[in-house]
Amino acid sequence: MARNKEALVLLIDVGPTMHNIIPEAEKVCSLLIEKKLIYRKYDSVGVVLFGTADTKNELTKEVGGYEHVVVLQNIGVVDGDLVDALQHLPRGSFAGDFLDAIIVGMDMMIKKYGKTDKGKKRLCLITDALCPTKDPYEGTKEDQIITIAEQMTAYGMRMESIVIRGRFSVEANKRIVDENDRLLNIFSKKTRAKLVYVESPISLLGALRTRKITPVTIFRGDLELSSKMKIKVWVYKKTSEDKFPSLKKYSDKAPPTDRFATHEVKVDYEYKSVDDPCKVIPPEQRIKGYRYGPQVVPISSAEWDTVKFKPEKGVKLLGFTNADNILRHYYMRDVNIFVAEPGNSRAILAVSALARAMKEMNKVAILRCVWRQGQGSVVVGVLTPNIADKDNIPDSFYFNVLPFAEDVREFQFPSFSNFAVPSQQNELQQEAADNFVRMLDLAPSGQGEALLPDFTPNPVLERFYRHLELKSKHPDVAVPPLDETLKKITEPDQELLSKNKSVVDAFRSCFELKENKKLKKSSRQMLREIPSGSDEGENYGKGPKKSDTSATEHTSAATIEKIGDLTPIQDFEALISRRDSPIWVDKAIMEMKKKITDLLQQTYNEEEIFLKALEYLIALRKACILEQEPKQFNDFLRYLYKFSQERNQSSFCKFLASKEVTLISKTEAVDSEVTDDEARIFLIKSEPMLE
Amino acid sequence: MAMDLDPDDIFRDDEDDLDDDFHLEKESTKEFVVYLVDASPKMFSTTSPAGDRKDETHFHIAVSCISQSLKTQILNRSYDEVAICFFNTREKKNLQDLNGVFVFNVAERDDLDRPTARLIKEFDRIEDSFMREIGSQYGIVSGSRENSLYNAVWVAQALLRKGSSKTADKRILLFTNEDDPFGNIKGAVKNDMMKTTSQRVKDAQGLGISIELLPLPSPDEEFNVAQFYAELIGLEAVDLAQFIHSAGQKVEDMKDQLRKRMFNKRIVKKIIFSIANGLSIELSSYALIRPAVPGAITWLDSVTNRPLKTERSFICLDTGALLPTSTKHFQPYKNENIKFFVEELSEIKRVSSGNLRLLGFKPLSCLKDYHNLKPSTFLFPSNEEVNGGKCIFIALHRSMLRLKRFALAFYGGSANPRLVALVAQDEIIRGGGQVEPPGMNMIYLPYCDDIRDTEEVLPDSEVAAPRATDEQIRKASALIKRIDLKDFSVCQFANPALQRHYAVLQALALEEDEMPDIKDETLPDEEGMSRPGIVSALEEFKRSVYGDHYDEDGDGKKTSEMSKKRKAIAEDAVKESANYDWGDLADTGKLKDLTVAELKYYLSAHNLPVAGKKEALISRILTHMVVGGRPRKLGKVIRLFMIVQLLTH
Repeated sequence: MARNKEALVLLIDVGPTMHNIIPEAEKVCSLLIEKKLIYRKYDSVGVVLFGTADTKNELTKEVGGYEHVVVLQNIGVVDGDLVDALQHLPRGSFAGDFLDAIIVGMDMMIKKYGKTDKGKKRLCLITDALCPTKDPYEGTKEDQIITIAEQMTAYGMRMESIVIRGRFSVEANKRIVDENDRLLNIFSKKTRAKLVYVESPISLLGALRTRKITPVTIFRGDLELSSKMKIKVWVYKKTSEDKFPSLKKYSDKAPPTDRFATHEVKVDYEYKSVDDPCKVIPPEQRIKGYRYGPQVVPISSAEWDTVKFKPEKGVKLLGFTNADNILRHYYMRDVNIFVAEPGNSRAILAVSALARAMKEMNKVAILRCVWRQGQGSVVVGVLTPNIADKDNIPDSFYFNVLPFAEDVREFQFPSFSNFAVPSQQNELQQEAADNFVRMLDLAPSGQGEALLPDFTPNPVLERFYRHLELKSKHPDVAVPPLDETLKKITEPDQELLSKNKSVVDAFRSCFELKENKKLKKSSRQMLREIPSGSDEGENYGKGPKKSDTSATEHTSAATIEKIGDLTPIQDFEALISRRDSPIWVDKAIMEMKKKITDLLQQTYNEEEIFLKALEYLIALRKACILEQEPKQFNDFLRYLYKFSQERNQSSFCKFLASKEVTLISKTEAVDSEVTDDEARIFLIKSEPMLE
Repeated sequence: MAMDLDPDDIFRDDEDDLDDDFHLEKESTKEFVVYLVDASPKMFSTTSPAGDRKDETHFHIAVSCISQSLKTQILNRSYDEVAICFFNTREKKNLQDLNGVFVFNVAERDDLDRPTARLIKEFDRIEDSFMREIGSQYGIVSGSRENSLYNAVWVAQALLRKGSSKTADKRILLFTNEDDPFGNIKGAVKNDMMKTTSQRVKDAQGLGISIELLPLPSPDEEFNVAQFYAELIGLEAVDLAQFIHSAGQKVEDMKDQLRKRMFNKRIVKKIIFSIANGLSIELSSYALIRPAVPGAITWLDSVTNRPLKTERSFICLDTGALLPTSTKHFQPYKNENIKFFVEELSEIKRVSSGNLRLLGFKPLSCLKDYHNLKPSTFLFPSNEEVNGGKCIFIALHRSMLRLKRFALAFYGGSANPRLVALVAQDEIIRGGGQVEPPGMNMIYLPYCDDIRDTEEVLPDSEVAAPRATDEQIRKASALIKRIDLKDFSVCQFANPALQRHYAVLQALALEEDEMPDIKDETLPDEEGMSRPGIVSALEEFKRSVYGDHYDEDGDGKKTSEMSKKRKAIAEDAVKESANYDWGDLADTGKLKDLTVAELKYYLSAHNLPVAGKKEALISRILTHMVVGGRPRKLGKVIRLFMIVQLLTH
């Protein structure tokens, strides 16, 4: 195998207890292959299923046993068929023995590669480990595992076990679960095996690293405590953003018959004289100019090289300081990790001693780093201890870059204690807030932490790669709505909210949004109130533009110009009945629509919100009949229907149907093109389709 | 060559690849500022205690703050325009020909204009000539109907007549240490003067000009804002609190506060923060910490020094046809090109509504040191927010501080939606000034694919890793105690690369020959490190972890092979290199007659890169010989460089 390739055998439990999690397992495994097809096309993958009714593996033929283990795919270079196979895993009907599966997987590796390619062979086990393992013919299970682990080390294989636990696991026999946990733990102690427990579908998607990046050092050399005391370290990236792939531009100019067309687009830059736009200036005649006020100072890059800042390569200690001296929000960039030079036991000891002392004393170190010779800048950053929690991993440090004086803007903000009286909390409000913060807990003690960054996939990338696979089969398919599991990353957990409904409600009722009667009139604020495009930020896609749903406008009966938040229906009615200009009817209808969609965008299937939206919708309907604008309402209702469906919010349509909200029919408004029957059945007929 | 477009590439060598839109604040408006500086004798007679040096006058403090701000501005926000105007002066210089007001300016510049190198240079020296050329004199005295404050505001307002208040933020910053300018006159005249001044200010405000006060409090007496100015510029109770200073402030603290007030807070974006079930509040986000980069570059024609226009064109590689724009993209996948429309890609990226959506809370200990990708963003309740909104924010802020929790939220922008941690920050006040503003810092969290488990996949991790003994940890602790930076503050260092860059630019812009020497503040304190206590602590720690016989360079068995080889090559090169008279070869232009291998002796011996074509090697050798070490005379270096280039071409 070439240097950058790996062989992977997936060991997937498909037994009965796994059935409700298999859809997520299918997603994560197929995504793994999809990414390999793009980034690591020459990697090899094999798939072993266990817990199946069938048995199909070489070991059973050779030595017997190993029932209910099926080799779905022998180790081979990744291809599109494998994606399909993993997207449609069979459901098994037997209790699977993960030990059998591990041995089958190892056997496949050994037969294919023998002792070569150490460190490039990986087994990945996905199971809930709820079923008992069989007793070995001789010795204990522990002995057996130790033997297996030794073999793994000898053949240079790694293992990753992803064990599914938590609320979606079925009632389990505690004795068996404990035994399995103990057994799996032996692996991670005895060999290069990683064991993670996942408690939610999201973390299953995140637990399996779908893109493997070979670590590259950004620095190897001395961590200089002083000129006399140095520690040999290697520095790697600990975090680095996995970016959205930069797609190439496509040209369709090539004739369709040209099978060898690249369809690529070249981006060409030409530099032209301002005075004579026809004259192209060749690259060697160009020189960089740096702005200094209204002046532009020309300096060639060669000149720069002679005068620019050229620090010596090296990582030097400036000193230690209290950890609380460095506030967390000053971390500037992605994070590096400092490890002692591998194999250098004294360097490992030195790092370990420093890290542990820093941890004990709650200190951090400040370093000045120049990673490479010839680099034109230095960084100053903070080194924090990372005490390893596993015996076979040495202690290390994390390194975060800190800002320079030029990087910080020191704006002054009013103290919270200075805000006028209404902003001050009374005790009741503070208690409600405390409860809210305490109860909306994503890391309850005794349970796993939800949405841990280390186990949370990037929803955008997940969506892209899935859509890419989909498009490879159906080129014209539209982008499907965001997957339910991924939605748990972008939206609050409804289960958590409803579990703490009383706390949330109490919090809400304590903080009724009141209208700001006393608008400040100091000139500074007046300027700020002038609406300018710059504050709006981006708008999102085709949906209606978001308005400031919370900021109430200063309204009075005489000059209603917008629909506020406090009395929206009254505002709407006042606005639509304004007769000083014909624009108000359209504006009122438009704003009301926006109000309704905004409401629905904010929440999912919340009865309270539905009632409010219904109230608005009825007001809108009434007004549209009055103002003879039936089409406006009918189109909007149709849009809402589509909108809800796209967002899997069909319950809102059902809700409307149950409240008998219909299209506006001809009898109600002559301009309508909808008959009574059509109007009545619009929402009702669509219902079955939604199921 | 497309890479050349990147304006930051001279700083790009450190893999910073932050999104471009992330860096930029929305700067649709520019700023017009008039610095209005009181030059009354009181400004010269009152001093405040400076830390180590002698006391400084208030006039000096005001002038040095302005000078510093001009220097920042010329580099970062060079489209903003400024005017500097003194009042209570002996001489007058203004278009209206009003007494007691002097508008400071230099050649080739309007009174309100972008700052130039010359302005900065001459303003730096203003104190030397001020008394002689401008002079200080009380403008408001009993018996005269002169009103210098009124005149000053009038002049400032006239200067700001330029441009519309829609496209420019117009501000007057008033520096004074007199809280009662009409104190020495009485009766109807006083009332009359106060009324006309106040009317003048209101007119200016009516035109969209904001007037801000930067008071300089005396050591023994507070500056009483309520005395006169509060009413004049329309301050309310909330704002008033910002002006309460402790008497006897140090100059450093005073400068610090003035500097902070001189900045106009720029909001990056308004964000709707949805908290739960339809409850949402509006927040303003501020980019308080962003890496400073040297200003944008402009391509010039090296013959005429005129700016160039960049034109981009798309060319079809298959047919060579010019394409109008490009709306389709593709990703090769399974031996096919999968095509995507731009809209389709943005639909994929749109996973949320663009709001900031609260997901729940976690203990602060869940936020690990490696949960970071880019600089944080500061959140504060929006100005337009209804009172209830501020109230909710403050309540949550307080609860989060009290319970030591952070909020986990999803921030769904169109470009790069992310999970974020909102960490409540309590206000920190030191030396009478705000060091940390109260609010929440939004920290962008990595996803699982952004985190690498390097430490777990490193070789040699089968065996138990050595751990330090208690004794070794004790020695390390003793060392840590010794080398303690007690008052270390984040961002106390200036960026030496940036300082050098600016200094070179300034020197070239002013056509100075002398290359300013920039001190690299980031170097370790060698002197402090050689104190006996530290040296012995280091020695003891070293002995406890390394033992007595440890060769730091020789211990890494595998790596030493390579480095030994490299060392040998370098030593060999030094030997070989000594056989040539390089200076003579260069002077006589005979370098080109040598072989590449011979040229490499020089390069290896001087630790220079050996890659590239022969011409590149020669040029590198010449550069090295000419520059030698660190250049002092910039002009000379550049002239010499021209010669080098002539030689090599």
